[in-house]
Order: sequence, then C-alpha cells, then structure tokens
Amino acid sequence: METHLQQLTVPAAIARQLRWNAVADLLFRRLTLLFAIFVAVLVFAILVALLVGAWPALSRFGPGFITSAQWNPVTEEFGALATIFGTLLTSTIAMLIAVPVSFGIALFITELAPAWLKRPVGIAIELLAAVPSIIYGMWGLFVFAPWFGDEIQPFLTSTLGNWPLIGALFQGPPMGIGLFTASLVLAIMVIPFIAAVMRDVFELVPPVLKESAYGLGCTTWEVTWNVVLPYTKVGVVGGIMLGLGRALGETMAVTFVIGNAHVLGLSLFMPGNTISSALANEFAEAHGELYVSALIALGLLLFLITFIVLALARLLLLRLSRQEGRTT
Amino acid sequence: MNARLYARRRLINAFNLTAAVLTTAFGLFWLGWLLWTLLANGLPWLTTTVFTESTPPPGATGGLANAIVGSLMMVGAGVLIGTPIGVLAGTYLAEFGQESRLAAVIRFVNDILLSVPSIIIGVFIYEVVVVSSGHFSGWAGALALSLIVVPIVVRTTENMLRLVPVSLREAAAALGAPMWKVVLAVVYRSARVGVLTGILLAIARISGETAPLLFTALNNQFWSTSMDKPLANLPVVIFQFAMSPYEDWQRLAWAGALLITVSVLTLNIVARLLSRSRQ
Repeated sequence: METHLQQLTVPAAIARQLRWNAVADLLFRRLTLLFAIFVAVLVFAILVALLVGAWPALSRFGPGFITSAQWNPVTEEFGALATIFGTLLTSTIAMLIAVPVSFGIALFITELAPAWLKRPVGIAIELLAAVPSIIYGMWGLFVFAPWFGDEIQPFLTSTLGNWPLIGALFQGPPMGIGLFTASLVLAIMVIPFIAAVMRDVFELVPPVLKESAYGLGCTTWEVTWNVVLPYTKVGVVGGIMLGLGRALGETMAVTFVIGNAHVLGLSLFMPGNTISSALANEFAEAHGELYVSALIALGLLLFLITFIVLALARLLLLRLSRQEGRTT
Repeated sequence: MNARLYARRRLINAFNLTAAVLTTAFGLFWLGWLLWTLLANGLPWLTTTVFTESTPPPGATGGLANAIVGSLMMVGAGVLIGTPIGVLAGTYLAEFGQESRLAAVIRFVNDILLSVPSIIIGVFIYEVVVVSSGHFSGWAGALALSLIVVPIVVRTTENMLRLVPVSLREAAAALGAPMWKVVLAVVYRSARVGVLTGILLAIARISGETAPLLFTALNNQFWSTSMDKPLANLPVVIFQFAMSPYEDWQRLAWAGALLITVSVLTLNIVARLLSRSRQ
C-alpha cells in the first residue's frame, strides 16, 4: 500500500520539476537573447544619436560640409574636408610604415628567431600593444617631437625637400609636431596589433607545407612569400584592417602631436587635424548649437569611415575564402 | 646560368631576412625608448604625496589621489555594468544562436561596436546622458567605459564557451540537467578562466582610455567620490597636466603615466599567466 502511494506522488514531483525546468530554460534563453539584441540595438542607437546630433549642421551646410575646408567657430562656418584629409592621410602613411614592419616582425618571430628568443620578443610586442595611447601621445610630444624637429626634420627638408614633385611634402618649419609626426606615432602604435595577428596566423601554417617547399629547395624567403603568405592571406588582411581601424579612430596619441590646426596643406611637416583630435580638443569647450552639432557630424563621418573599412574587410575576406582551392 | 639564378635567389633571401631582423629591432627599439622615457621621467616624481594628496593648483604641491580614486570607481562601475551584458550576450551566441542568421547579424554588429573609435562612444554618452541630465558625471564616464567592455567580453565569452567540448554538455544533459543548469554549472565552470582572462583584458583596456572620458566624466580639481558629479580620473588629468605649461603639473602627469602603464601591463601579464596555467 505504501509503495503504491509513493508511485503516485513521485511522478507529480518530477512533472513539476520538469515544468519548472522548461520555464527556467525558456527564461534563461530569452534573457541571453535579450542581451544579445541589446548589443545590436546599442550600435543602432549610437548611429541614431549621432545622426540626430549632427542634423543641425548637416541640414545647414548640406554636402558642402564634406567639401569645404573652412572651420571657423567665430563666424560659424564649418567644413570637414581638412579633418577628413588629415585622418585619411595620417592613417595611410601609418599603414605604409606599419604593414612592412609588422610583416618583418612576424617573419622574424616565426621563421628566424632561435627558440629561446621567440617568446620574449612575442611578449614584448604584445606589451607594446597594451600601452595606453595617451602614453604614446606624451612620449611623442615631449621626447620624440623635439628630437625629430632638431635632428631629422632639417635634414629631410634640405634633402627630400628639394626633389621635384614630392619636395613640397617635406617643406615646413622644423617644429617637430605635425602630420608626419602624428603618422609616425600612429605607425608605432599599430605595429604591435598587426604583428601579433600576423604572427598568430603564420604559426598556424602546417609544418608539412613548409617542409615540402624547403624540400624542393626553396629559400626561407620563397617559403614565406609563396607558401606561408598565400596560406594565411585571410588572417593577414584581417590583421591589417584591424590596424587600419585603430589608426583611423585613434585619438590621444594623435591629439598630442598633430598641432590642432584646421588647414588643408600639402606639407607633412605642417600642423593639421584629424577628426578624432578635433573632437578631443574642441568638444568639451564648444559653445553654440551649431558648433557642437558640427563636431558631432565629424564624429558621424568617423563612424561611417570605420564602418566602411570594416565592411570592406569583411567583403574582401569573403571573396578570398571563396577563391580558396581554385587554381590561379 | 643556374649559378647566377641561385646567387640571385640567395641574395634576395639574405636581403629580406636581414630586413626582417632590422624591422624587429625597429619595433623593439620604440618599446625600449618609450619605457625608458616613462621610468626616467615618472619614477623621480612617484612619491607618497602622489597617493595621499589631491591634484594641486599650479605652483602648489599635491598628488593624484582624487584622480586615482575616481579612475578606480569608474573602471569598477564600468566593468560591473559591462561584464554581465557581455557574458550573457556571448552565451547566447555560443549556446543558443550558434549558426543562426540572427547570431551572425549580432556577431557582425558586435564587431562594429568593437571597432567604433572610443571617442565616438564618448560623443554618444555625451548626447544621451550628459545632455539629458544637464551635467558631466562619473556615471556618464562609467557608462562610456562599459560600452567599451561589452564587445570585448562578448567576443571572448563566445570564443571560450565554444572551446568547451560538446560531449561535456551532452553528458550533463544525459543526466537530466536542463539547459540553463548545463550552462551555469558545466559550461561556465569549465570556461571560467578564459572568460576571466577576457574580463581582465577589458579592464586593462579601459584603464588607459582617455577619449571617452573627456566629455563624459570631465575632470574635478577637488576630492570627490560622488558619481553624480564630474569625477577626476587619471587619464584626463594626465592629458590636461601634460598639455599645461606648468612644470610641476607635467611632472605629476609623468608620475600618473608611469602609474597607469605599470597597472595596465601588470593586468596584461596576470591575464597571460592565467591563460597559460589553463593549458
């Protein structure tokens, strides 16, 4: 009789437990989904907030906001061309320096360094990536810029400055600060990011692939160029794009050394501005609705530029992975 | 004919490998120079008054105590807000969303958030929090920092949960554990160290962030622990003091810079040790 009773009660308890489990499962699932969607909504909210904030300036100046290089808070004339130019120029120069250097570092760590040196060099590069950007900015302003202005700049101006065509790039007062210094500090900042990614993907290449190339008599360079690089191109492109995204949006390192001048000039030795440095310098002190709105519009442009870079990187990676396995 | 070809190949090889060695030296050279500058300029001024007194007016003696406390408060609040959001969203991607279209979209959007320049996040919080509340505040700074934490934690959480073998989940499910229990008691437990590493790296990242604080937390010359008012913080104090013409301010800036760098590098090394002990 007693066992019979137990048989009746236990299934009820289990059923309750199962019901509760199903509800808890659903709740947990919904909760995680909620936060995942929250992340997506966040990005959308950023875009909307930037659009709303930028609207007064955009509706006032129209497309002229992008094509005008005028930036005059007193007369309330605002155009973004000089800062867009500064952003793209400094990032381009930074990437021209950083990509080959990062490739060299990754090559050194994966192929050349003796085993005892691999880890220390790798860790040093990663620590370089962790140093906050404001430190790079301070170092650039107090240490690098004076040295560069005194020792290097006059030399470059007197040699490269006299060359036809590119001479104009290297003309200017030897102040140390300016677009070129900003580009160089940016390059030093993004090198560790790109180098770390390249090293990671280079290490993923199966040893058999490399060994068979060596077995055919390839030199180390030929193995790297013809085997390692094609095998890792997706990761390498990803790393470069990561670095480019960093360079475009970097604020503090640039703000210290670029000179904060809204001018559109050819010389790399003249002070300039990037979108982020203009925001850092002027946003907290901006007065008047139009001024603030113009600065937010700059922010919107920066957001769009970094988004385009990311989207292009995605597309490129997609195309590269589709071509995988095809004969070239 | 062949001899010339071989010589050429060997020459190219030697040239490029030498270049690789030189570029590595070039990269390490900057690290050395940077750290040397920091130590030489920061160490002499890193005295006990730095930790005990608040930021001085120019010409007077003082320290960075208010900025250090303000930074700790905002970084702490930022992590406490950002981590749960990031961990739960990452859990969705790894456990429930997986290969679905929605998960792919969220992953892409998270990548966008990860690449949004931090100064844009500052502008966003300025518009949403500072303008609507009418004043700069420590909370605004903490929220800006939490927005930087979220995408980092989402990414690392998803990656770490995916490393947990499916057989573990199946074993727990076979014992009759419901999904939420499987995730909480089995998956989280085995991915704990990895997720923690991600959080540590996120803390390291926001500890040095200056741009999102410039017009959210602003700065505060005086001792204050109120999150509702403008809050002093190390990065912005360093920025203002370094850009000032006063030498004693610049010295404090160097001391602060050394302090931040040492903490950030320590966090990174701890995270590295943690993830190595797991393997």
